[in-house]
Amino acid sequence: MAVMNMIQALNSALDTMLARDPDVLIFGEDVGYFGGVFRVTDKLQEKHGLDRCFDAPIAEGGIVATAIGMGAEGLRPVVEIQFADYILPAYDQLVSEAARLRYRSNGEFTAPITVRSPYGGGIFGGQTHSQSPEAIFAHITGLKTVIPSTPYDAKGLLIAAIECDDPVIFLEPKRIYNGPFDGRHGQALTSWAQHPAAQVPEDHYSIALGKAAIVREGADVTVLAYGTMVHVALAGIADAGVDAELIDLRSIVPLDVDAIVASVKKTGRCVIVHEASRFGGFGGELSALVTERCFYHLKAPTQRVAGWDTPYPHAFEWDYFPGPDRVAKALAHVMEV
Amino acid sequence: MTNDRRSGRLRVPEPSSRPGDPVEFGDLALSPAGAVARPDIDAPEPCLRDLPFLLIRTLDDAGNVVGGWLPDLADGDLIRALKAMVLTRAFDERMFKIQRQGKTSFYMKSRGEEALGAVPSLALRQGDMCFPTYRLVSWLMARDYPLEDLVNQIFSNAQDPLKGRQLPILYSARDYGFYSLSGNVGSRFGHAVGWAMAKAYRGIDDIAIGYIGEGTTAEGDFHEALTFASVYRAPVVLCVTNNQWAISTFSGIAGAQETTFAAKAIAYGIPGLRVDGNDVLAVWAATQWAAARARSGLGATLIEFFTYRAEGHSTSDDPGKYRPSDEASKWPLGDPVERLKQHLIALGEWDDSRHAALEESVAEAVRAAVKQGEAVGTLGQSKPSVKEMFEGVFKEPDWRVLEQRGEVGI
Repeated sequence: MAVMNMIQALNSALDTMLARDPDVLIFGEDVGYFGGVFRVTDKLQEKHGLDRCFDAPIAEGGIVATAIGMGAEGLRPVVEIQFADYILPAYDQLVSEAARLRYRSNGEFTAPITVRSPYGGGIFGGQTHSQSPEAIFAHITGLKTVIPSTPYDAKGLLIAAIECDDPVIFLEPKRIYNGPFDGRHGQALTSWAQHPAAQVPEDHYSIALGKAAIVREGADVTVLAYGTMVHVALAGIADAGVDAELIDLRSIVPLDVDAIVASVKKTGRCVIVHEASRFGGFGGELSALVTERCFYHLKAPTQRVAGWDTPYPHAFEWDYFPGPDRVAKALAHVMEV
Repeated sequence: MTNDRRSGRLRVPEPSSRPGDPVEFGDLALSPAGAVARPDIDAPEPCLRDLPFLLIRTLDDAGNVVGGWLPDLADGDLIRALKAMVLTRAFDERMFKIQRQGKTSFYMKSRGEEALGAVPSLALRQGDMCFPTYRLVSWLMARDYPLEDLVNQIFSNAQDPLKGRQLPILYSARDYGFYSLSGNVGSRFGHAVGWAMAKAYRGIDDIAIGYIGEGTTAEGDFHEALTFASVYRAPVVLCVTNNQWAISTFSGIAGAQETTFAAKAIAYGIPGLRVDGNDVLAVWAATQWAAARARSGLGATLIEFFTYRAEGHSTSDDPGKYRPSDEASKWPLGDPVERLKQHLIALGEWDDSRHAALEESVAEAVRAAVKQGEAVGTLGQSKPSVKEMFEGVFKEPDWRVLEQRGEVGI
């Protein structure tokens, strides 16, 4: 065991897999000698060799296309898209190719690739370094979409993603790379060091994709969240003073629908929290599932706490970011009904 | 299937030097100043295919003009360029420090590349449109864009002309011929072609100039723009600013060890010029040559401006982590400001005391603009009304925006 922040945990996952499987290799913009703009691939080139962790041309479509070709041959490429905001040139490759290769070739060719990408807001990154595009991947059948919320989960889930025989989008909430940000932006930064989930095994382990974590048990309302919003939701629950059950989905595809249904049937209320814009966001799918499967147990309409339906605005970071106050307000609202 | 990686043959390019190594630039394929002949603008493209492998240079090492690539200059043009470049440098230095003081979130300098915005800004017409990269604020400096507006944008404060919606330095200034910037790289290169096609469609002889970094030539945007520009003979000047580095990634990862960026033009059947980007006169002459072709209906030109990014990518990286710290000072094509100053002194139009006075006057102008911006407020101290967050999504807001404004209480 070692104390790791999320960057170190992800680096450890990559290091572990490079050492363990010669078919694993890494490429992406600035990931080689420099070690990535967020340092997730720090020292991996030096340790494992130039041809196992190297810089890619600035061509996200090309990065993913090349990874798919390697994956079809049998390698397990792990590629980095520097910011999730820049993944869109690769969208055709992900949607039309990676997601369907197994289906259309009847399994003759597959794409066992992992696409890592830092995502989300809270860093004053403006509209092109802050977005949360998970819903556009969740909508595509054939792609798995994983979002960790702690260092321990980050390592275990990334190893599971690399070992997965299907393509995985692995979104890293960059606001919590260095500490568990709870949305109280006026306060001093907290490091991971004191968090129990910063205790990370140095060896290989994996966390099954599609298994949610119950972060906090409660009786009165179920809160569904992932990524940074797990920590924000905890703060909102504390502010609201309600006995909420907080579920960290950890992956949105595959989705642990059983955990969601069991909890909502117990509590009878549901609040969904994500950073992405509300309209057409993944919260809509969660809300529909809850309504379809728990309707007769519900005591109040499900609420969504989400980013506003605007681009991510630089000056208005904290007006846009759905902080604990908005979570607490939604919790109070469902409890009133 | 074997998996004996000892026989691995995958080639990954590496730069010639890394931190701690002596600076080695490898083969930069530098032509002597004045060595490249200037063809007529209507020369058929097949006759121009040697140009992408040469380097157009007008100023020699002593600051004298040599060869045939001579700009057509009006009185005072070079002094105007010098002022814009010196102002850009002073502004960059000040704003970089301001970011380090925590007064804004982000900044990018253009040191070493000041000629690439300033010169085309002066060489082209008011009706032409520039589709910039994020290292071309010198275009705005050359057109006297108000420094206060730049500072207010960088602070995202209540006077920010872009209403706090955009990251610092991602300006938009239509009246100054400067198209809206975005953090995504390359995605406006095709807009330059479309804008130029619109001018051709209307029968107007205004043109567009588009820029892209050498690293971003790998994106599809670059190749798609060149295809459209070639097919429709668009009146556009398409520029690659080859500053050798894409954040930490050297130009070899974009293919610089295989061919030149100017040579990409050959595949699209348009002329490609490779130009010393630190030589103001060569940049001017090449811009005028390409603009004259565009304006007279001869179509697009690809220009590779060969230069060097003398600072880090942005406030977010330390270049000492990936390249020798003295690489910039050893760039064999020097510094564009120093070379222009040397040329003007050689002409007898400039001297050290006038240069010192210029540096003092731009420093004062920058100080005054920053003082004004700080009086309005730095990032977080001042911002536009929160209702601006909801404006401008659509021309008319729909119910979502109206309801959400209500939730915020404005």
